[in-house]
Amino acid sequence: MANLRINGAARTVAADDDIPLLWVLREQLQMTGTKYGCGIAQCGACTVHIDGRAARACVTPAAVLQGREVVTIEGVSGDVARAVQETWRRLDVAQCGYCQSGQIMSAIALLSEIRRPSDADIDAAMTGNVCRCATYVRIRAAIHEAATTLGA
Amino acid sequence: MFTRRRFLETTALAGAALVVGVRFDSRPAAAVEGLAPDAFVRIAPDNTVTIISKHIELGQGSYSGVATILAEELDADWSQIRVESAPSDAARYGNRLLGGAQVTGGSTAMADSWSQMRRAGATARAMLVEAAAREWSIPASEITVDRGVVSHAPSGRRATFGELASKAAAIAPPAQVTLKDPKDFKLVGKQPPRVDSRAKTDGSAQYTMDFAVPGMLTALIARPPRFGATVKSFDATAARRVKGVTHVVPVPAGVAVVAESFWAARKGREALRVAWDESRAEKRGTDELYAAYRVLAGRPATRARREGDADGALRGAARVLEAVYEFPYLAHAPMEPLDAVIRVGADGCDLWAGSQAPTIDQQVVAQIVGVPANTVRVHTLLGGGSFGRRATPNGDVAGEAASIAKAIGGDRAVKLVWTREDDIQGGRYRPLYVHRLRGGLDAAGNIVGWEHRIVGQSIASGTPFESAMVKDGVDRTSVEGAANLPYAIANIAVDLHTTRIGVPVLWWRSVGSTHTAYSTETFLDELAHAVGRDPVDLRRALLAKHPRHLAALNLAADRAGWGQTLPSGRARGVAVHESFNSVVAQVVEVSRRPDGLPKVERVVCAVDCGTAINPDVVRAQMEGGIGYGLAAALWNEVTLVRGRVQQRNFDTYRPLRIGEMPAVEVHIVPSGAAPTGVGEPGVPPIAPAVANAFFQLTGQRVRRLPFARLAAAGTRTS
Repeated sequence: MANLRINGAARTVAADDDIPLLWVLREQLQMTGTKYGCGIAQCGACTVHIDGRAARACVTPAAVLQGREVVTIEGVSGDVARAVQETWRRLDVAQCGYCQSGQIMSAIALLSEIRRPSDADIDAAMTGNVCRCATYVRIRAAIHEAATTLGA
Repeated sequence: MFTRRRFLETTALAGAALVVGVRFDSRPAAAVEGLAPDAFVRIAPDNTVTIISKHIELGQGSYSGVATILAEELDADWSQIRVESAPSDAARYGNRLLGGAQVTGGSTAMADSWSQMRRAGATARAMLVEAAAREWSIPASEITVDRGVVSHAPSGRRATFGELASKAAAIAPPAQVTLKDPKDFKLVGKQPPRVDSRAKTDGSAQYTMDFAVPGMLTALIARPPRFGATVKSFDATAARRVKGVTHVVPVPAGVAVVAESFWAARKGREALRVAWDESRAEKRGTDELYAAYRVLAGRPATRARREGDADGALRGAARVLEAVYEFPYLAHAPMEPLDAVIRVGADGCDLWAGSQAPTIDQQVVAQIVGVPANTVRVHTLLGGGSFGRRATPNGDVAGEAASIAKAIGGDRAVKLVWTREDDIQGGRYRPLYVHRLRGGLDAAGNIVGWEHRIVGQSIASGTPFESAMVKDGVDRTSVEGAANLPYAIANIAVDLHTTRIGVPVLWWRSVGSTHTAYSTETFLDELAHAVGRDPVDLRRALLAKHPRHLAALNLAADRAGWGQTLPSGRARGVAVHESFNSVVAQVVEVSRRPDGLPKVERVVCAVDCGTAINPDVVRAQMEGGIGYGLAAALWNEVTLVRGRVQQRNFDTYRPLRIGEMPAVEVHIVPSGAAPTGVGEPGVPPIAPAVANAFFQLTGQRVRRLPFARLAAAGTRTS
């Protein structure tokens, strides 16, 4: 068993067998917004925040997260999160939507660190998040627009 | 079949809500005597309007599109609209463009829904108006409806849909309704936001992968290392020792490992030992297939099209150009790996899936479990992408889930999950093809003959779709986009060699046009170059009798600044292609990446899709189609060595990433015609347009896809 802090709450979970955080979230805590896409940190569908930084839950053993702060799409909050999610809706970024939790978590982490990201900053921060629907034109536009909203 | 009287009783029982359905609107009104309760809309007393979509939402915007059409004629307010998925019932929810099966596919959702949803919306509106007229004792003709409110201006009376719903449910649906003049549209052609954006931005959208019921188990299948291999024996000792593993059972697809959780099932599958019987397995590699196909491409084949005498024209031509093209197997790789949840109980069977063909799944599950089809309830959830993969003629994923449920017995629900490795290695690929094209030019530079030979597997052969899709030995999905070449060339021959290979194949977003657009549009470019014609000018000249092609081509060329000078290191290319009754033209600008591959900087796309129901969704589908097609063109191939797939996951089957996505501008050709396809037609032109631009930039013709083979194997020019 391991004691984790997830979305601000203490949770006790079964963390044996090197089980990744992804499956603890999805199957033990019923937080299914964080997605399984590849299992090898190649697609970013499982992106969460660990101590405020974007991380891939599919390759992060739950057992190593004692004392760390985990935030998922279900618990993300604050000005940056609100700006990102609202812009995502305004631009209708999502198509199938399966990758978008991860895209949004990466975008929030980026904008929390860099308030006015350049295209190169976006490429660097978002390159680990795959969208097979290829919504990238709108992801880029939404990040710039959210930055504008926040920068006012 | 329900009578009208029965229909009314049924709607009354459904509880104080107006339920409207219209059967086969193409029939004359008199024939709609036995009106069936084909429910497409439900208006509740709480004023919500729930639209029941028979087309699954896979990202292509079908929920929003279906809702827009119906809400338009209903004069509903967009904020009161909800969408839910139709149950499996081909009689009510069959796709009238695909033989009546309940299938979302072939980019038909809007074309199939257009008149049917308009009539359903108009019928519900008429019943609400009639209810108000009776309630207020005024003529119906004096009533207006706007954004969900029914009004009578002279008396100042108003009522919401919700307030009228119960009364309207008691009114007989009108035999005839008047549809709006398109100039009065308030939603169609405008920008109502997608109905699924909120749930897809807060983590609450539910896909099959997320669905769970108490006590549910999770299953993975150990699958054969080569296609066609079967289980000889297995040792489950170690697998059963894994904590959480509950069952290890043989199933037709391999050996299923069932557990209390995904992680336990995965660990159990790793511990499982299986011996395979590979006596009937496909053991050839893709290099052998290409070699065999190239030989076949030189031999006469089955006719798919004949115009004039191509053979004679080529013999008499002043010059003949010839090119051979190679197209790899492609995996679909939707972001949500394949999955299904099944529960077999005493009261019937439930299947939860994001399937494009719920009634096929229903039949397949019924047959495997051994129950009547009408006791199998299919619950369609959001699909996390598909690109064709979730539409299999044999309901493969649902069938595997059913076989596991049957093998373990009991009534616990089971979720079958394909890992990403299962997905990339599991087959049902876009077939591998070789094309040979020959073009004849006369002394004046006119194209006098065109011979196109295609070699590859049939997608429809051996499936229930064979009789509808294979005619005179030609699977139309193998030759579409080639057999209907639009260019005015007097002598055309298109032939097909259909091969039989043990690698399972399937339609992949835009199907035949994934390869035929590439060979035809790059070969035409070669002919243009050979005679010194501008590629856009030559196309214009040859498309004089195809106004939709011309309009799209001209729009894209104009907006892209075709003919204007580009900075050094950049070049343009063009392609135009019709698929799913839509025409898309794309002009691209490319530069060169450090590794020698093209970097696509900008794409200007023009689309004629008839009436653009949701223009922003049309733009999104063009953007997405371009990105999906570009990933395949640049990097994607599934290769086999001695029958074993070499790629495993997104590390070796490389998806497009954000920095590789070009800037995209989409322009929609104005049209008042009925809507045509949008989900797929954005894909075909991108690869040939990039190839044509790459030639302009480098002088190099790319005839083997993906482009990454350039770097891997050097160049090959014929």
